[in-house]
Amino acid sequence: MIQRRHALTVRVTHWINAVALILLLMSGLQIFNAHPSLYWGPSSYTGAGPIFELAGGFPSWLTIPGTQWLAMGRRWHFFFAWILVINGLAYLIFSIATHHVTRDLAPTRSDWRSIGRSIADHLRLRHPQGEAATRYNVLQKLSYIAVIFVLLPLMVLTGWSMSPRLDSVWPGWVDIFGGRQSARTLHFVIAWLLVLFFFIHVFEVIVTGFWNNLRSMITGRYRIEHEQR
Amino acid sequence: MSNADWPRRRFLRQLVMASGGVLLSACDAASRNPHVTKVLSIGEFLSQHVQHAVTSRTALAQEFTEADLSPEFRSNGTDYPDSAEYRALAMNGFVDWRLRVDGLVERPVELSLDQLRAMRSRTQITRHDCVEGWSAIGKWTGTPLSEVLALVHPRADARYVMFYSADPMDDWGTRYYESIDMEDAYHPQTILAYALNDATLPIPNGAPLRLRLERQLGYKMAKYLMHIELVDSFARIHGGKGGYWEDEGYEWYAGI
Repeated sequence: MIQRRHALTVRVTHWINAVALILLLMSGLQIFNAHPSLYWGPSSYTGAGPIFELAGGFPSWLTIPGTQWLAMGRRWHFFFAWILVINGLAYLIFSIATHHVTRDLAPTRSDWRSIGRSIADHLRLRHPQGEAATRYNVLQKLSYIAVIFVLLPLMVLTGWSMSPRLDSVWPGWVDIFGGRQSARTLHFVIAWLLVLFFFIHVFEVIVTGFWNNLRSMITGRYRIEHEQR
Repeated sequence: MSNADWPRRRFLRQLVMASGGVLLSACDAASRNPHVTKVLSIGEFLSQHVQHAVTSRTALAQEFTEADLSPEFRSNGTDYPDSAEYRALAMNGFVDWRLRVDGLVERPVELSLDQLRAMRSRTQITRHDCVEGWSAIGKWTGTPLSEVLALVHPRADARYVMFYSADPMDDWGTRYYESIDMEDAYHPQTILAYALNDATLPIPNGAPLRLRLERQLGYKMAKYLMHIELVDSFARIHGGKGGYWEDEGYEWYAGI
Protein backbone atom coordinates (compact mmCIF):
# COMPACT_ATOMS: atom_id res chain seq x y z
CA MET A 1 0.00 0.00 0.00
CA ILE A 2 1.37 3.42 -0.97
CA GLN A 3 0.81 6.30 1.38
CA ARG A 4 1.70 10.00 1.37
CA ARG A 5 4.57 10.46 3.76
CA HIS A 6 6.26 13.91 3.69
CA ALA A 7 4.73 17.27 2.78
CA LEU A 8 6.18 19.04 -0.26
CA THR A 9 7.65 21.87 1.84
CA VAL A 10 9.35 19.38 4.15
CA ARG A 11 10.84 17.53 1.17
CA VAL A 12 12.10 20.66 -0.58
CA THR A 13 13.56 22.26 2.54
CA HIS A 14 15.14 18.92 3.54
CA TRP A 15 17.18 18.68 0.35
CA ILE A 16 18.14 22.35 0.27
CA ASN A 17 19.26 21.96 3.87
CA ALA A 18 21.27 18.83 3.02
CA VAL A 19 23.12 20.55 0.16
CA ALA A 20 23.73 23.71 2.21
CA LEU A 21 25.07 21.78 5.21
CA ILE A 22 27.50 19.72 3.12
CA LEU A 23 28.86 22.82 1.39
CA LEU A 24 28.97 24.73 4.68
CA LEU A 25 30.96 21.93 6.30
CA MET A 26 33.49 21.73 3.47
CA SER A 27 33.92 25.50 3.10
CA GLY A 28 34.03 25.73 6.89
CA LEU A 29 36.96 23.30 6.98
CA GLN A 30 38.67 25.53 4.39
CA ILE A 31 38.22 28.49 6.75
CA PHE A 32 39.40 26.42 9.74
CA ASN A 33 42.54 25.46 7.80
CA ALA A 34 43.58 29.14 7.66
CA HIS A 35 44.30 28.84 11.39
CA PRO A 36 43.88 25.20 12.46
CA SER A 37 43.84 25.78 16.22
CA LEU A 38 40.99 26.22 18.68
CA TYR A 39 40.93 28.21 21.91
CA TRP A 40 38.72 28.90 24.91
CA GLY A 41 37.95 32.47 26.01
CA PRO A 42 37.57 35.80 24.24
CA SER A 43 40.96 35.73 22.51
CA SER A 44 43.50 33.25 21.16
CA TYR A 45 46.43 34.74 23.00
CA THR A 46 45.74 34.56 26.71
CA GLY A 47 48.94 32.81 27.72
CA ALA A 48 47.06 29.49 27.96
CA GLY A 49 47.65 28.16 24.45
CA PRO A 50 45.24 26.33 22.16
CA ILE A 51 42.94 23.56 23.42
CA PHE A 52 43.09 21.77 20.07
CA GLU A 53 45.51 21.87 17.17
CA LEU A 54 45.43 20.06 13.86
CA ALA A 55 48.86 20.42 12.27
CA GLY A 56 48.46 20.88 8.53
CA GLY A 57 44.69 21.21 8.79
CA PHE A 58 42.12 19.03 7.03
CA PRO A 59 43.02 17.30 3.74
CA SER A 60 42.22 19.25 0.60
CA TRP A 61 39.64 16.69 -0.60
CA LEU A 62 37.47 17.70 2.37
CA THR A 63 37.61 21.43 1.65
CA ILE A 64 35.94 23.81 -0.77
CA PRO A 65 37.80 24.98 -2.78
CA GLY A 66 40.20 22.03 -2.94
CA THR A 67 43.25 24.25 -2.48
CA GLN A 68 44.17 26.69 0.30
CA TRP A 69 41.98 29.63 -0.75
CA LEU A 70 40.44 31.39 2.25
CA ALA A 71 38.74 34.23 0.36
CA MET A 72 36.83 31.80 -1.87
CA GLY A 73 36.03 29.48 1.05
CA ARG A 74 34.45 32.43 2.83
CA ARG A 75 32.42 33.29 -0.25
CA TRP A 76 30.95 29.76 -0.39
CA HIS A 77 30.43 29.66 3.34
CA PHE A 78 28.50 32.93 3.66
CA PHE A 79 26.39 32.24 0.56
CA PHE A 80 25.23 28.88 1.87
CA ALA A 81 24.90 30.27 5.40
CA TRP A 82 22.22 32.60 4.02
CA ILE A 83 20.61 29.70 2.14
CA LEU A 84 20.57 27.72 5.41
CA VAL A 85 18.99 30.59 7.35
CA ILE A 86 16.35 31.48 4.73
CA ASN A 87 15.51 27.81 4.12
CA GLY A 88 15.38 27.15 7.86
CA LEU A 89 13.01 30.07 8.41
CA ALA A 90 10.75 28.85 5.58
CA TYR A 91 10.69 25.39 7.18
CA LEU A 92 9.93 26.79 10.64
CA ILE A 93 7.12 29.04 9.44
CA PHE A 94 5.57 26.15 7.48
CA SER A 95 6.01 23.68 10.33
CA ILE A 96 4.45 25.91 12.93
CA ALA A 97 1.61 27.08 10.65
CA THR A 98 0.65 23.51 9.67
CA HIS A 99 1.21 22.07 13.15
CA HIS A 100 3.94 19.79 11.76
CA VAL A 101 5.98 20.51 14.90
CA THR A 102 3.27 19.70 17.41
CA ARG A 103 1.66 16.88 15.43
CA ASP A 104 4.68 15.02 14.06
CA LEU A 105 7.77 16.10 16.02
CA ALA A 106 6.69 16.64 19.62
CA PRO A 107 6.94 13.35 21.57
CA THR A 108 3.62 12.16 22.98
CA ARG A 109 3.15 10.73 26.46
CA SER A 110 3.19 7.21 25.06
CA ASP A 111 6.41 8.08 23.17
CA TRP A 112 8.09 8.95 26.46
CA ARG A 113 6.88 5.69 28.03
CA SER A 114 8.24 3.65 25.13
CA ILE A 115 11.65 5.30 25.06
CA GLY A 116 13.46 2.36 26.72
CA ARG A 117 11.98 -0.11 24.27
CA SER A 118 12.75 2.19 21.35
CA ILE A 119 16.41 2.35 22.35
CA ALA A 120 16.58 -1.44 22.59
CA ASP A 121 14.82 -1.80 19.22
CA HIS A 122 17.21 0.63 17.54
CA LEU A 123 20.24 -1.24 18.91
CA ARG A 124 18.87 -4.54 17.57
CA LEU A 125 18.01 -2.82 14.25
CA ARG A 126 14.35 -3.73 14.75
CA HIS A 127 12.15 -1.09 13.24
CA PRO A 128 8.47 -0.23 13.28
CA GLN A 129 6.48 -1.95 10.56
CA GLY A 130 3.18 -1.20 8.91
CA GLU A 131 1.23 1.84 10.01
CA ALA A 132 3.76 2.69 12.78
CA ALA A 133 6.48 3.21 10.16
CA THR A 134 4.63 6.24 8.78
CA ARG A 135 5.15 8.12 12.03
CA TYR A 136 8.43 9.22 13.59
CA ASN A 137 9.48 7.06 16.53
CA VAL A 138 10.52 8.73 19.76
CA LEU A 139 14.29 8.65 19.16
CA GLN A 140 13.72 10.04 15.69
CA LYS A 141 11.58 12.84 17.12
CA LEU A 142 14.14 13.71 19.79
CA SER A 143 17.07 13.72 17.38
CA TYR A 144 15.20 15.88 14.84
CA ILE A 145 14.17 18.30 17.60
CA ALA A 146 17.77 18.46 18.82
CA VAL A 147 19.04 19.24 15.32
CA ILE A 148 16.28 21.67 14.29
CA PHE A 149 15.81 23.58 17.53
CA VAL A 150 19.19 23.27 19.27
CA LEU A 151 22.16 22.44 17.03
CA LEU A 152 21.29 24.46 13.91
CA PRO A 153 20.25 27.60 15.85
CA LEU A 154 23.45 27.30 17.91
CA MET A 155 25.41 26.99 14.68
CA VAL A 156 23.91 30.25 13.39
CA LEU A 157 24.40 32.05 16.74
CA THR A 158 28.03 30.95 17.15
CA GLY A 159 28.57 31.98 13.52
CA TRP A 160 27.18 35.44 14.19
CA SER A 161 29.24 35.73 17.36
CA MET A 162 32.40 35.60 15.25
CA SER A 163 31.34 38.79 13.44
CA PRO A 164 33.00 41.86 14.97
CA ARG A 165 30.15 44.00 13.63
CA LEU A 166 27.37 41.85 15.12
CA ASP A 167 29.27 41.74 18.41
CA SER A 168 28.48 45.45 18.71
CA VAL A 169 24.70 44.90 18.54
CA TRP A 170 24.83 44.39 22.28
CA PRO A 171 28.45 44.54 23.42
CA GLY A 172 29.30 41.50 25.52
CA TRP A 173 26.55 39.16 24.26
CA VAL A 174 29.28 36.89 22.88
CA ASP A 175 30.21 36.13 26.48
CA ILE A 176 27.20 33.77 26.69
CA PHE A 177 29.45 31.39 24.73
CA GLY A 178 32.52 32.30 26.80
CA GLY A 179 33.85 34.83 24.27
CA ARG A 180 34.57 34.86 20.55
CA GLN A 181 37.21 32.12 20.52
CA SER A 182 35.03 29.84 22.64
CA ALA A 183 32.21 30.49 20.18
CA ARG A 184 34.53 29.53 17.32
CA THR A 185 35.39 26.28 19.15
CA LEU A 186 31.68 25.55 19.74
CA HIS A 187 30.94 26.28 16.06
CA PHE A 188 33.52 23.63 15.17
CA VAL A 189 32.28 21.05 17.72
CA ILE A 190 28.63 21.48 16.72
CA ALA A 191 29.60 21.07 13.05
CA TRP A 192 30.94 17.62 13.91
CA LEU A 193 27.86 16.79 16.00
CA LEU A 194 25.85 17.53 12.85
CA VAL A 195 28.16 15.20 10.91
CA LEU A 196 27.54 12.52 13.56
CA PHE A 197 23.79 13.05 13.16
CA PHE A 198 24.21 12.82 9.38
CA PHE A 199 25.90 9.41 9.57
CA ILE A 200 23.36 7.96 12.04
CA HIS A 201 20.52 9.42 9.95
CA VAL A 202 21.81 7.92 6.71
CA PHE A 203 22.50 4.60 8.47
CA GLU A 204 18.90 4.45 9.71
CA VAL A 205 17.60 5.43 6.28
CA ILE A 206 19.53 2.51 4.76
CA VAL A 207 18.59 -0.15 7.31
CA THR A 208 14.88 0.76 7.34
CA GLY A 209 14.44 0.46 3.58
CA PHE A 210 16.66 2.75 1.58
CA TRP A 211 14.67 3.13 -1.65
CA ASN A 212 11.33 3.43 0.09
CA ASN A 213 12.68 6.12 2.44
CA LEU A 214 14.49 7.95 -0.32
CA ARG A 215 11.43 7.94 -2.54
CA SER A 216 9.25 9.21 0.29
CA MET A 217 11.60 12.15 0.79
CA ILE A 218 11.62 12.91 -2.97
CA THR A 219 8.10 12.15 -4.21
CA GLY A 220 6.35 11.93 -0.85
CA ARG A 221 5.16 8.38 -1.61
CA TYR A 222 5.92 5.69 0.98
CA ARG A 223 5.12 1.99 0.66
CA ILE A 224 3.79 0.31 3.79
CA GLU A 225 4.85 -3.32 4.21
CA HIS A 226 2.13 -5.37 5.83
CA GLU A 227 3.01 -7.35 8.90
CA GLN A 228 5.05 -10.28 7.65
CA ARG A 229 5.81 -12.16 10.81
CA MET B 1 17.65 -9.23 1.35
CA SER B 2 17.34 -10.67 -2.16
CA ASN B 3 20.30 -11.11 -4.47
CA ALA B 4 18.80 -8.56 -6.79
CA ASP B 5 19.87 -5.90 -4.31
CA TRP B 6 23.60 -6.50 -4.77
CA PRO B 7 24.06 -4.78 -8.13
CA ARG B 8 21.97 -2.03 -6.66
CA ARG B 9 24.35 -1.69 -3.75
CA ARG B 10 27.41 -1.61 -5.97
CA PHE B 11 25.68 0.96 -8.12
CA LEU B 12 24.86 2.97 -5.04
CA ARG B 13 28.43 2.92 -3.77
CA GLN B 14 29.71 3.99 -7.15
CA LEU B 15 27.08 6.68 -7.29
CA VAL B 16 28.13 8.07 -3.91
CA MET B 17 31.83 8.07 -4.79
CA ALA B 18 31.23 9.54 -8.21
CA SER B 19 28.95 12.25 -6.90
CA GLY B 20 31.55 13.12 -4.23
CA GLY B 21 34.20 13.53 -6.91
CA VAL B 22 31.85 15.46 -9.15
CA LEU B 23 30.88 17.73 -6.24
CA LEU B 24 34.50 18.56 -5.47
CA SER B 25 35.60 19.22 -9.02
CA ALA B 26 32.38 21.11 -9.71
CA CYS B 27 33.01 23.36 -6.70
CA ASP B 28 36.57 23.98 -7.82
CA ALA B 29 35.50 24.80 -11.37
CA ALA B 30 32.71 26.99 -9.99
CA SER B 31 35.22 28.86 -7.81
CA ARG B 32 37.06 29.93 -10.97
CA ASN B 33 33.92 30.89 -12.89
CA PRO B 34 33.25 34.63 -12.54
CA HIS B 35 29.50 34.17 -13.01
CA VAL B 36 29.33 31.67 -10.16
CA THR B 37 31.52 33.69 -7.81
CA LYS B 38 29.35 36.72 -8.51
CA VAL B 39 26.30 34.75 -7.42
CA LEU B 40 28.18 33.44 -4.36
CA SER B 41 29.11 37.00 -3.38
CA ILE B 42 25.39 37.71 -2.87
CA GLY B 43 25.95 36.12 0.55
CA GLU B 44 28.54 38.69 1.58
CA PHE B 45 26.45 41.49 0.03
CA LEU B 46 23.51 40.39 2.20
CA SER B 47 25.73 40.19 5.28
CA GLN B 48 26.93 43.76 4.75
CA HIS B 49 23.47 45.23 4.33
CA VAL B 50 21.69 43.20 6.97
CA GLN B 51 24.47 43.81 9.49
CA HIS B 52 24.19 47.54 8.83
CA ALA B 53 20.42 47.37 9.24
CA VAL B 54 20.58 45.64 12.63
CA THR B 55 23.50 47.54 14.20
CA SER B 56 23.52 51.26 14.84
CA ARG B 57 26.15 53.44 13.18
CA THR B 58 27.75 54.28 16.48
CA ALA B 59 27.30 51.04 18.46
CA LEU B 60 30.61 50.30 20.16
CA ALA B 61 32.62 47.13 19.86
CA GLN B 62 33.07 45.29 23.13
CA GLU B 63 35.79 46.75 25.34
CA PHE B 64 37.80 44.66 27.80
CA THR B 65 39.87 45.12 30.95
CA GLU B 66 43.63 45.02 31.53
CA ALA B 67 43.17 41.45 32.82
CA ASP B 68 42.11 40.34 29.32
CA LEU B 69 45.19 41.73 27.52
CA SER B 70 47.10 39.27 25.37
CA PRO B 71 50.59 38.86 26.89
CA GLU B 72 52.11 39.76 23.54
CA PHE B 73 50.10 41.31 20.75
CA ARG B 74 50.65 39.14 17.71
CA SER B 75 52.13 40.80 14.64
CA ASN B 76 50.71 39.46 11.41
CA GLY B 77 51.97 39.97 7.89
CA THR B 78 54.83 42.45 7.81
CA ASP B 79 57.17 42.81 10.82
CA TYR B 80 59.29 45.54 9.28
CA PRO B 81 58.50 47.20 5.95
CA ASP B 82 61.27 46.43 3.50
CA SER B 83 61.91 49.88 2.04
CA ALA B 84 64.77 52.36 2.33
CA GLU B 85 62.30 55.18 2.95
CA TYR B 86 60.72 53.42 5.92
CA ARG B 87 64.06 52.30 7.33
CA ALA B 88 65.31 55.89 7.27
CA LEU B 89 62.21 57.11 9.13
CA ALA B 90 62.43 54.31 11.68
CA MET B 91 66.16 54.84 12.38
CA ASN B 92 65.35 58.42 13.24
CA GLY B 93 62.55 57.53 15.64
CA PHE B 94 59.97 58.81 13.12
CA VAL B 95 60.72 62.50 13.88
CA ASP B 96 60.78 63.17 10.13
CA TRP B 97 57.60 61.19 9.50
CA ARG B 98 54.53 63.14 8.40
CA LEU B 99 51.00 61.94 7.80
CA ARG B 100 49.63 63.58 4.67
CA VAL B 101 45.82 64.00 4.66
CA ASP B 102 44.39 65.19 1.36
CA GLY B 103 42.02 64.34 -1.48
CA LEU B 104 38.45 65.64 -1.36
CA VAL B 105 39.06 68.02 1.54
CA GLU B 106 38.97 71.79 1.95
CA ARG B 107 42.25 72.02 3.88
CA PRO B 108 44.87 69.32 3.24
CA VAL B 109 47.32 68.93 6.12
CA GLU B 110 50.56 67.22 7.03
CA LEU B 111 50.74 66.06 10.62
CA SER B 112 53.75 65.03 12.69
CA LEU B 113 53.52 62.43 15.46
CA ASP B 114 53.78 65.20 18.07
CA GLN B 115 50.89 67.04 16.47
CA LEU B 116 48.76 63.89 16.50
CA ARG B 117 49.68 63.18 20.13
CA ALA B 118 48.68 66.73 21.06
CA MET B 119 45.15 66.21 19.74
CA ARG B 120 42.31 64.60 21.71
CA SER B 121 43.08 60.93 22.24
CA ARG B 122 41.07 57.81 22.90
CA THR B 123 42.26 54.66 24.69
CA GLN B 124 40.41 51.39 24.17
CA ILE B 125 41.01 47.76 25.10
CA THR B 126 39.58 45.83 22.20
CA ARG B 127 39.67 42.46 20.51
CA HIS B 128 41.41 42.19 17.16
CA ASP B 129 39.87 39.52 14.92
CA CYS B 130 41.92 38.19 12.04
CA VAL B 131 40.22 36.83 8.92
CA GLU B 132 42.22 33.63 9.57
CA GLY B 133 40.20 33.04 12.73
CA TRP B 134 42.40 34.07 15.66
CA SER B 135 41.82 36.96 18.06
CA ALA B 136 44.10 39.02 20.30
CA ILE B 137 43.29 41.72 22.85
CA GLY B 138 45.29 44.93 23.04
CA LYS B 139 45.10 48.39 24.58
CA TRP B 140 45.27 51.06 21.89
CA THR B 141 45.74 54.78 22.23
CA GLY B 142 45.38 57.14 19.32
CA THR B 143 43.75 60.10 17.69
CA PRO B 144 40.13 59.57 16.66
CA LEU B 145 39.96 59.77 12.88
CA SER B 146 37.00 62.15 13.34
CA GLU B 147 39.42 64.70 14.91
CA VAL B 148 41.66 64.61 11.86
CA LEU B 149 38.65 64.89 9.56
CA ALA B 150 37.45 67.94 11.51
CA LEU B 151 40.82 69.51 10.76
CA VAL B 152 40.73 68.95 7.00
CA HIS B 153 36.99 69.57 6.38
CA PRO B 154 35.91 66.77 4.03
CA ARG B 155 34.03 67.95 0.97
CA ALA B 156 30.44 66.79 0.49
CA ASP B 157 31.46 64.40 -2.30
CA ALA B 158 33.94 62.48 -0.11
CA ARG B 159 32.60 58.93 0.32
CA TYR B 160 35.60 56.84 1.33
CA VAL B 161 38.81 57.27 3.27
CA MET B 162 41.83 55.60 1.62
CA PHE B 163 44.80 54.59 3.75
CA TYR B 164 48.22 54.23 2.15
CA SER B 165 50.94 52.37 4.00
CA ALA B 166 54.73 52.30 3.77
CA ASP B 167 54.58 48.51 3.50
CA PRO B 168 55.75 47.04 0.15
CA MET B 169 53.72 43.90 -0.57
CA ASP B 170 55.43 42.60 -3.72
CA ASP B 171 58.49 42.92 -5.94
CA TRP B 172 56.85 45.74 -7.89
CA GLY B 173 56.66 47.91 -4.80
CA THR B 174 52.86 47.91 -4.39
CA ARG B 175 52.30 49.31 -0.91
CA TYR B 176 49.51 48.17 1.33
CA TYR B 177 46.34 50.20 0.92
CA GLU B 178 42.88 50.00 2.41
CA SER B 179 39.65 51.97 2.49
CA ILE B 180 36.65 52.52 4.74
CA ASP B 181 33.42 54.48 4.32
CA MET B 182 32.56 57.75 6.05
CA GLU B 183 30.26 56.01 8.53
CA ASP B 184 33.14 53.92 9.85
CA ALA B 185 35.48 56.91 9.59
CA TYR B 186 33.35 58.82 12.12
CA HIS B 187 32.80 55.83 14.44
CA PRO B 188 34.03 56.73 17.96
CA GLN B 189 36.40 53.73 18.12
CA THR B 190 37.99 54.41 14.74
CA ILE B 191 41.37 55.77 15.82
CA LEU B 192 44.82 56.34 14.37
CA ALA B 193 46.79 54.45 17.02
CA TYR B 194 50.31 55.46 18.06
CA ALA B 195 50.47 53.42 21.29
CA LEU B 196 49.90 49.78 22.18
CA ASN B 197 49.62 48.61 25.78
CA ASP B 198 50.77 52.01 27.13
CA ALA B 199 53.99 51.96 25.08
CA THR B 200 54.96 53.55 21.78
CA LEU B 201 53.49 51.46 18.95
CA PRO B 202 56.11 48.80 18.13
CA ILE B 203 57.30 48.42 14.53
CA PRO B 204 55.85 44.87 14.13
CA ASN B 205 52.42 46.30 15.05
CA GLY B 206 52.57 49.19 12.58
CA ALA B 207 54.73 52.07 13.92
CA PRO B 208 54.46 54.96 13.84
CA LEU B 209 50.71 54.96 13.15
CA ARG B 210 48.08 52.35 12.30
CA LEU B 211 44.34 52.28 11.86
CA ARG B 212 42.06 50.69 14.46
CA LEU B 213 38.63 49.83 13.09
CA GLU B 214 37.07 47.72 15.80
CA ARG B 215 33.98 46.40 14.02
CA GLN B 216 35.79 44.84 11.08
CA LEU B 217 38.50 42.22 10.59
CA GLY B 218 42.22 42.86 10.92
CA TYR B 219 43.09 43.25 7.24
CA LYS B 220 41.14 46.52 7.12
CA MET B 221 43.45 48.08 9.73
CA ALA B 222 46.38 49.30 7.68
CA LYS B 223 49.71 49.55 9.51
CA TYR B 224 52.66 51.93 8.78
CA LEU B 225 50.34 54.75 7.65
CA MET B 226 51.87 57.43 5.42
CA HIS B 227 48.99 59.04 3.60
CA ILE B 228 45.23 59.39 4.00
CA GLU B 229 43.17 60.41 0.99
CA LEU B 230 39.46 61.16 0.83
CA VAL B 231 37.92 59.92 -2.41
CA ASP B 232 34.50 59.56 -4.00
CA SER B 233 35.35 56.15 -5.48
CA PHE B 234 38.21 53.67 -5.32
CA ALA B 235 37.52 52.27 -8.79
CA ARG B 236 40.72 53.80 -10.20
CA ILE B 237 42.99 52.81 -7.32
CA HIS B 238 45.06 49.66 -8.05
CA GLY B 239 42.65 46.78 -8.79
CA GLY B 240 39.63 48.94 -8.01
CA LYS B 241 38.30 46.90 -5.09
CA GLY B 242 39.39 49.32 -2.37
CA GLY B 243 42.22 47.44 -0.70
CA TYR B 244 45.22 45.18 -1.15
CA TRP B 245 43.45 42.00 0.00
CA GLU B 246 40.23 43.07 -1.68
CA ASP B 247 42.10 43.09 -4.98
CA GLU B 248 43.21 39.53 -4.07
CA GLY B 249 39.59 38.40 -3.71
CA TYR B 250 38.66 39.27 -0.13
CA GLU B 251 35.52 41.27 0.57
CA TRP B 252 35.71 45.03 1.02
CA TYR B 253 33.24 44.73 3.89
CA ALA B 254 34.96 42.66 6.57
CA GLY B 255 32.29 42.73 9.29
CA ILE B 256 32.16 38.92 9.57
